[in-house]
Amino acid sequence: MTIDASRGAEAPPELVQLLTPEGERVQHPDYDIDLTPEEVRSLYRDLVLVRRVDLEAVALQRQGELGIWASLLGQEAAQIGSGRALTDSDMAFPTYREHGVAWCRDVDPIKLLGLFRGVNNGGWDPKEHNFHLYTIVIGSQTLHAVGYAMGIQRDDAAAATIVYFGDGATSQGDVNESFIWASVFNAPIVFFCQNNQWAISEPLERQTRIPLYRRASGFGFPGVRVDGNDVFACLAVTRQALKNAREGQGPTLIEAFTYRMGAHTTTDDPTRYRVASELEAWKLKDPIERVKAYLFKNELADQTFLDGVEAEADQLGADLRRRCLALPDPEPLAIFDHVYAEPHALIDEERAQFAAYLEGFER
Amino acid sequence: MTVMSLSKALNEGMRKAMEDDPKVLIMGEDVGKLGGVFRVTDGLQKDFGEDRVIDTPLAESGIIGTAIGLALRGYRPVCEIQFDGFVFPAADQIITQLAKMPMRSLGAIKLPVVVRIPCGGGIGAVEHHSESPEAYFTHTAGLRVVACSNPADAYSMIQQAIRSDDPVIFFEPKRRYWEKADVDTADTGWWTPMDKGLVVRPGTDVTLLTHGPMVKTCLEAAQAAEEEGRSLEVVDLRSLNPLDQPLVMESVRKTGRAVVVHEAPVNQGLGAELAARITEQCFYHLESPVLRVGGFSTPYPPSKLEEHYLPDLDRVLDAVDRAFAY
Ligand SMILES: Cc1ncc(C[n+]2csc(CCOP(=O)(O)OP(=O)(O)O)c2C)c(N)n1
Ligand SMILES: [Mg+2]
Repeated sequence: MTIDASRGAEAPPELVQLLTPEGERVQHPDYDIDLTPEEVRSLYRDLVLVRRVDLEAVALQRQGELGIWASLLGQEAAQIGSGRALTDSDMAFPTYREHGVAWCRDVDPIKLLGLFRGVNNGGWDPKEHNFHLYTIVIGSQTLHAVGYAMGIQRDDAAAATIVYFGDGATSQGDVNESFIWASVFNAPIVFFCQNNQWAISEPLERQTRIPLYRRASGFGFPGVRVDGNDVFACLAVTRQALKNAREGQGPTLIEAFTYRMGAHTTTDDPTRYRVASELEAWKLKDPIERVKAYLFKNELADQTFLDGVEAEADQLGADLRRRCLALPDPEPLAIFDHVYAEPHALIDEERAQFAAYLEGFER
Repeated sequence: MTVMSLSKALNEGMRKAMEDDPKVLIMGEDVGKLGGVFRVTDGLQKDFGEDRVIDTPLAESGIIGTAIGLALRGYRPVCEIQFDGFVFPAADQIITQLAKMPMRSLGAIKLPVVVRIPCGGGIGAVEHHSESPEAYFTHTAGLRVVACSNPADAYSMIQQAIRSDDPVIFFEPKRRYWEKADVDTADTGWWTPMDKGLVVRPGTDVTLLTHGPMVKTCLEAAQAAEEEGRSLEVVDLRSLNPLDQPLVMESVRKTGRAVVVHEAPVNQGLGAELAARITEQCFYHLESPVLRVGGFSTPYPPSKLEEHYLPDLDRVLDAVDRAFAY
């Protein structure tokens, strides 16, 4: 079975980059960004802190305090860049890996742990943060996001929606349907695909033969590939796409080209399917190191600043650990809570029966 | 005789089926190089090649839909759904096409497609990874639905499922994947037909009707009951559609009491069907109503609560007590 590998590959893919891995600022004809030193330092702080939250969660899982964890390692810039492009009134729909976006939406990291510790299925109120619950079923949330955007459109609100999904998710019917809906209704939405090159063990070639961002043109809206490890570029491109959406210009697909530096989740063993050299190559493109280099080169920060952020990260990690261990186990009867919005006779009956059953053990 | 885990037994069974018939294909997410997230297809791609063990794009509807097409072309696809909760994107293809196409063709079309689904809870997983969706499929005419509970059955039943000319939904008890037992791979004389149940522990006082992950729980309950002087018969249903009614009725006529145990919610579940049929066929033999033990009428809870949701030894024995109290 031979397949012509050049099929569908017209021009080489373009990548929007504003900050090189070495920390050099570069220009792009369509996208630019003007950041104050304070803003750059703030982005750096975000990147470092979410990485620390992630590392702490991985450690907590290793020690049996979490059932599982999906690490964002390597994807910090894609998440902080896009997350910081959102305004308060924009709405975000995440997968299960968007801990960095959650950070930007002011979701206390402890709330992310509930799902992974098994004490709840998502511990925050989406309305409070304009940040929807994590969605585990691949691709489902893309349709919810488009529907939400259609609501914004009908309300004539000055807002847009962003939806996150992975490279693997682009194969799902739901995701393709969401592209169609968004296009047909010109919905104010940004499709933010973090192409981290892997869907568990399957490399990108199992999902597509063309660069993912080019799929957009077939659906009738623009697509752009951005360096997903460049927080400046992610911020600039997402900001523009959200602005276009709010101004009635419809959807954009952003493909953030990045890499999943860790295992798929803590239960996965990537040595079974990918080579170490790939990881080494991506280490050189680290999203944090390049901002640090930029800060130093331009004398926007000194060691004291870096130490300060480090200390803050230590504090955050220790605090998260302490609060994770203190998370109470839910009460058994919580099983029956919130299944329905209105009273339900069968639930009431079963709750009462189970309460009596449990009491039988106490006697 | 070889001692092997349930997951290895499935692996060996599929390997044998692939050796026996070049039309057998394996397809699913991560089934190739990784060998599946539970390693059930471990090593098969290495030995049979990428044309026969296919890492598919991430789309369950696509997996089942294309499996139907491959079956139309004479192949025998064995599809893996990664977790129970992810079969639903494929529900349309399974229910409207896989189940009904053979009849629509007046028998001209056969669809020998196997859909393997790791099912059930008890592994501390997050949402959508611990469900027991069997009733959705037993309610759909045109599908055979089976559930294995131990390595030997896993080994024989997966091969029978692959050989079947009907679509088969094949449930695998994920928390029992690592349980080990003897499997005789040299001979097929011991194989029980896939559509038959088995009495896995004989008894005289109560019949426990169960399948998949709950078989072990029921066997433990029977052991504990024996210490209290009660004799429980445990029936591993194995086939959920069709049900092995003669076996079930014979057991219940003997014991006069039946308790159905499954992880899926009791409400509108498989137990309801069994209870109704037992009442119809064994009414005058019953010493007590048929009782059911299973999940609550709630979504599967977060893992810290799953021990309360899942039937355990105490809940089974509590139902046995109630059966005796009538
Ligand atoms: C419908 C569905 N099928 C399968 C899975 C199991 N699964 C969880 S994550 C994953 C891979 C997702 O890859 P991608 O979309 O690239 O996101 P990433 O995990 O790389 O962030 C799979 C197959 C699922 N969660 N939902
Ligand atoms: Mg991915």
